[in-house]
Formats: sequence, C-alpha cells, structure tokens
Amino acid sequence: MALVDQEHMDDTGLRLSEAAPGDFIALLKPRVMSLVVFTAFVGMVMAPGVQNPLLAMISIAAIAVGAGASGALNMWYDADIDAVMGRTARRPVPAGRVTPGEALGFGLVLSAFSVATLGLMANWTAAALLAFTIFFYAVIYTMWLKRSTPQNIVIGGAAGALPPVVGWAAVTGTVSMESLVLFLIIFLWTPPHFWALALFKSGDYERAGIPMLPNVAGHAATRKQIFIYALLLAASGILPVVAGFASFAYGAVAAILGGGFVWYSWQVLRMPESDTSMKPAKALFGYSLLYLFVLFTALLADRLLISLGLVS
Amino acid sequence: MDKDLLKPTEAQLRARRRRNIALAIALAVFVVIVYVGSLAKLGPGLFERAM
Repeated sequence: MALVDQEHMDDTGLRLSEAAPGDFIALLKPRVMSLVVFTAFVGMVMAPGVQNPLLAMISIAAIAVGAGASGALNMWYDADIDAVMGRTARRPVPAGRVTPGEALGFGLVLSAFSVATLGLMANWTAAALLAFTIFFYAVIYTMWLKRSTPQNIVIGGAAGALPPVVGWAAVTGTVSMESLVLFLIIFLWTPPHFWALALFKSGDYERAGIPMLPNVAGHAATRKQIFIYALLLAASGILPVVAGFASFAYGAVAAILGGGFVWYSWQVLRMPESDTSMKPAKALFGYSLLYLFVLFTALLADRLLISLGLVS
Repeated sequence: MDKDLLKPTEAQLRARRRRNIALAIALAVFVVIVYVGSLAKLGPGLFERAM
C-alpha cells in the first residue's frame, strides 16, 4: 500500500501532520469534480419539472462532494501506484503530506455526508445513485478492475457517466431513458479519452503495473479500439435528437463535434508505430475534453432556446 | 513527564491551525446548508405550527 515518507514519522511511530487544507482539497480531484458538477447540472436542467433553485444548488454541491469523496478513496487505495507514476507522484498521499488513514477517513466521512445531504434535500433515489457511483468508482473500479483487466476504464467509466443520471434523478426522483442517453454519451467517451492518454503515458502505466490496453494489447490494437469507440460516440451524440429531447440545431452541432472526434481518432489510427512524440494521441486527448464540454453546453443552450421558443 | 510528550514544530502547529480553521468553515457552511435547505424543502409552513 501507500509509501508514506518516513521523515514525517517520529521515533514513537506517532505522526504530527503538516498537511495543509489544500492537500485535502487535492484529495477531492477538483478538476474531475468540475466535470462532474457540469454534467450533473446538465442532467438537472434537461430533466422535466422544476426544482427549488436553492435545493438544486445544494444537490449539485452534494454530488460534487460525493465525487470528491470517491477521489479521496481512490487516492487512499492507489497511493502505491500513484507513487511510481510521474503524473500522480506529487499527490498528497504518495508525497507523504497526508497519511493513507487520513485520506480514507476523509473519503468515508464525505461520502456519508454527501449521500445523506442529497437524500434529505432532493430525494433518496438520487442519493442511492450517488452512493452507487461512489461505491462503483472506489470499489469496483479502483480496488478491482483497475489492476486486473485492460477493460478497466471501459467498465469503470460507468462511474464517471452517472452524474447526469444523478442530477436528473435529483429533480424527477426517477431514472429515465433520456438520462440514460446522457449516461451513454459519457460512457462511450471515456475509453477513447483515457486510451489516448494511455498511449503517450504507457511507460508510466507499465512501471505501475496497471494493465492499460496499450500495455496489454499493444498500440495498434488500442488505436483500432479508439477509432471504433469514436464512431460509436459520434452516433450516440445525436441520440438526444432521436430520443426527442433535443432539437435538430443541437443535432447539427453534435454531428460536427462527432465528426471532429472521428477525424482526430483517424489521425491516431494512422499514427505510425515509430512515432514516439504521439502528437495525434495528445491532440485527441485535448479534443476529447473540448468535445464533452461543448456537447453538453450545446444541450444546455438547446434547452434554453427551446424554452424561449426559438427552436423546436 | 515532559519528555514523553511530542513537541510539535512551528510548521506543524501552523498546519494544524490552518486545518482547524478550514474544518470550522466547512462545518459552518454545512450548518447553513442544512438550515436554509430545510426552509426551502419544508416551505413557509414550517413556522405555522402550534408550539
């Protein structure tokens, strides 16, 4: 497990912490939290019905804290592999600023508080979905799938895809076909996003012993998988129109964005084995972040235009 | 007696003080959230009951 810097331990084995509040905020993975907040917010706005704005804000905060708690639990469990990867070695636990026990306690307390708050302020369906999301990310993905199968981020991606479903449920108290379409978009987006990263960070993952697809099946197979998922993602982006909860104007934006995703993935597919700079993979990784943000913003804008009667 | 006690360094004391302040703020925010959230959830009828 975690490699805690012995300098921070005294002779008796007791430890006086020098952790700053910022270290505990870092445990929450703020950048992942911001994506969760955004997608959950879109789920809430897209849902039929109206929620009290104050309760909506509290619900979003509870979902954000729940996502952060699962990040803290992830950093508690993964401290050993985080320590050997350049991207994650400076995280609070492997760097020795926060002990594994502190990270575990922090994650568990925030999980309980976030789920209870969402249950009391929104409804218990949304709270149960949030609890399931935290469990899926911390236990199913982090403890089980991540170290055992190259399909880790495919199945584990379900945790990252659930926030709009939780947001939708916070308003309606149910899970509907529309919210599952939003789930599907993020679910199909996750593998090409992470495999693009895994292509140019495969050395890191190899050192840590994580069976990411490029390390297990090779770069060529990964590039093919990325392209297949890009095609599926581009098609799923248009599903809100097919399902009847977005306009053709949104559909046009989604088609263009999806076309861009397929084009970047095609560049990755054509990338020669000898290419060590992997610029196409880095470009796809950057575009994938932009894709999800713009696609969900388009859904928000579309809902606003529909409510104003400007599109139908 | 004193030698059995841990002597925190200046950095450790400073860090502990900052953590305490952050925890106090977080608890205060949580109390406010529960209070105003309860008002929003239960509505004005909350105050219209026999004491």
